[in-house]
Amino acid sequence: MEQNRNSVQNSTDRKPCLTGRGVTKVFGVGNKSMTAVDHVDFDFNEGEFVSIVGESGSGKTTLSKMLLGLISVTEGEIEFQGRKRDISTGAKRKEYWKNIQPIFQDPFSSYNIFYKIDAVLDDCLNMRGYRKAPKEEKDRMKEEACRFVNLKYSELTNKYPFELSGGQMQRLMIARIFLLKPKILMADEPTSMIDACSRATILDMLLKLRDEVNMTVIFITHDIGLAYYISDKVYIMEHGKFVESGPAETVILNPTADYTKRLISDVPKIYEKWDLDTVARDK
Amino acid sequence: MKNTIKQVFHSGKFLVGFYIFLFVLLLCIIYPLIVTYDPLEMVGSGNFYKPGTYISQQEAALDDGYIMNMDASEGKLALALGEDELAKIEEYLTKYAGITADQIDKSNLEAMVELWKSNYDPELKAKGLTSAKRKSYRRLDSELMDALNSSDVIIAKEDPESGELEEVKKIKGTNFVNTKDVVNKRTFVLGTDNFGRDVLTELVAATKVSLRIGLVAGLIATAIGLILGLVAGYVGGLVDNLIMFLTNLFTVIPSFIILILISYSVGTSARGVMMVAFIIGVTSWPWTTRSVRSQVISLRNRDHVNLSKLSGHSMARIIFTDILPYIASYVVMAMILQISSGILAEAQLSMIGLGPATTKVATLGLMMNWAMQYAAHLNGSWWAYFPVVIVIALISFSLNLMNTGLDQVFNPQLRD
Repeated sequence: MEQNRNSVQNSTDRKPCLTGRGVTKVFGVGNKSMTAVDHVDFDFNEGEFVSIVGESGSGKTTLSKMLLGLISVTEGEIEFQGRKRDISTGAKRKEYWKNIQPIFQDPFSSYNIFYKIDAVLDDCLNMRGYRKAPKEEKDRMKEEACRFVNLKYSELTNKYPFELSGGQMQRLMIARIFLLKPKILMADEPTSMIDACSRATILDMLLKLRDEVNMTVIFITHDIGLAYYISDKVYIMEHGKFVESGPAETVILNPTADYTKRLISDVPKIYEKWDLDTVARDK
Repeated sequence: MKNTIKQVFHSGKFLVGFYIFLFVLLLCIIYPLIVTYDPLEMVGSGNFYKPGTYISQQEAALDDGYIMNMDASEGKLALALGEDELAKIEEYLTKYAGITADQIDKSNLEAMVELWKSNYDPELKAKGLTSAKRKSYRRLDSELMDALNSSDVIIAKEDPESGELEEVKKIKGTNFVNTKDVVNKRTFVLGTDNFGRDVLTELVAATKVSLRIGLVAGLIATAIGLILGLVAGYVGGLVDNLIMFLTNLFTVIPSFIILILISYSVGTSARGVMMVAFIIGVTSWPWTTRSVRSQVISLRNRDHVNLSKLSGHSMARIIFTDILPYIASYVVMAMILQISSGILAEAQLSMIGLGPATTKVATLGLMMNWAMQYAAHLNGSWWAYFPVVIVIALISFSLNLMNTGLDQVFNPQLRD
């Protein structure tokens, strides 16, 4: 963790990777419209570990889908590597997706259960242009990726996703990212469906990815404690707006927004009585 | 896949439906191998022969035969003395012959006949005995005497030269013929229809054609419905709106009316079996489209579809590999229902005379239509339409049962 903290300090000279100005998403029209993300600004720099923290329904996942380019942006601009992001055609989208890849919350629904898991890894190799590479080389790369996430390729190959445990599935998702080596990793609550032991390994792998490939990791979570330990930068999201943002240290140790204070006090602490007053205050 | 099939074949409902359907299917395949008559051959030259075995009268009469120590008159008596006749005898005896009711035993036919013989007076003129009634008693009397008459029947042949009759054979009441010795015979298990065609053979051929119509109609309807549903659900937006507009249009107008209009407008000459199947297919897809679309919409935003998108797969590939397998079981179930409703639609269309306009093949609907036109239901020829109804009911029952069974396997919440 100490080494992690150090990297925060010298992050000022980093190049911007993904920036957004006034990004908004409105679902529906007229009276029934619902603003999920409301004019948010953000600057994610290269190699940063950014956390977006907020409770359920605050618009975290909607924002992540917009960043991934899976849903359209109602208003506002997203810049990728200093230039306006252009995903208007299929080919441009494909090109963009070489730079940004996700890990989803639920590993059980992230796989097509009708295909063996080799298909997922093969897709990655195809995407990186290894379609015509000899089989031995492909196998070597897949093996390397699996070793990175502490899995044995020989035990996984020819298996269907449902034959794996949740932790294995999620680690395989990280192996996928390792193969693809995108500029940005969008991790949408990757640990919320996993038990505590696997959680630590998965977080460790995400940090390792960031350090090895200089990847920007956008980590979406509802757990502010977790965000504090691993992130360089934290964005606190409430009802579609960023109420507070900045270096993790500043935001969490000296919170200014009420919402942040509440989130922090909602974290149960060992050896301390859990303060539930803040929960009541909201009602 | 293997497990799913295993599970499907453990479902009781599915199995029952499957076996019934298999039975019908095997009947259609095996029966024509055994009975090789032309199913539409007009064997009989009259309407609606009763079910049974028909043997050549001439052959039976000329056969050497066997003598049996059996009184043929009793059987003949039983045949002649039905409920109505017995009631008539009883009425006469009590009203005009002065016999009390307790002296009459209706179960003992011979005693009844004796009583009649000793008490009947053809010349009786009693009060209330109209001439019409008297005549009917006389008819009854002569019928009874015929039945009791055990005199021999003489078979004679005309001599072509002299023109005289020559006795060939005397047939006694005790003469019998083994049906095996009669070469010319034909069994109609379900009688014949109005054209004198063997109903059972025709029924098997008709079932085959109807199943084919159902299959073609079901395949067409499922294919159209599936493609439109997949596109509408996955692409969304304007395309979805357009397709749903079309689908709603077809849903609002009863498809049976469209079916009638189309089959009327294509004309008699073009309305073959496959044409009818095609017409049924292209009018029954909206239901499949709607349900496939809603399934696809719920799948479209699943993580594995998003992941596939982000892996740079094309839309066609995502639809075929990431969406279609997930709804395949549902589509199979929908197709089973479409086949069943296709068979029913053909029967309905044919009943009102808009089915295949051909006399070369029989379908279940056409058989119903013929039976109705020749008033089989009015003259009591149940064999001309009842087996057809049973077969239609069996097919749609078995298909629906299979569908329910599959539904329970694929939606565990429905299991009880």
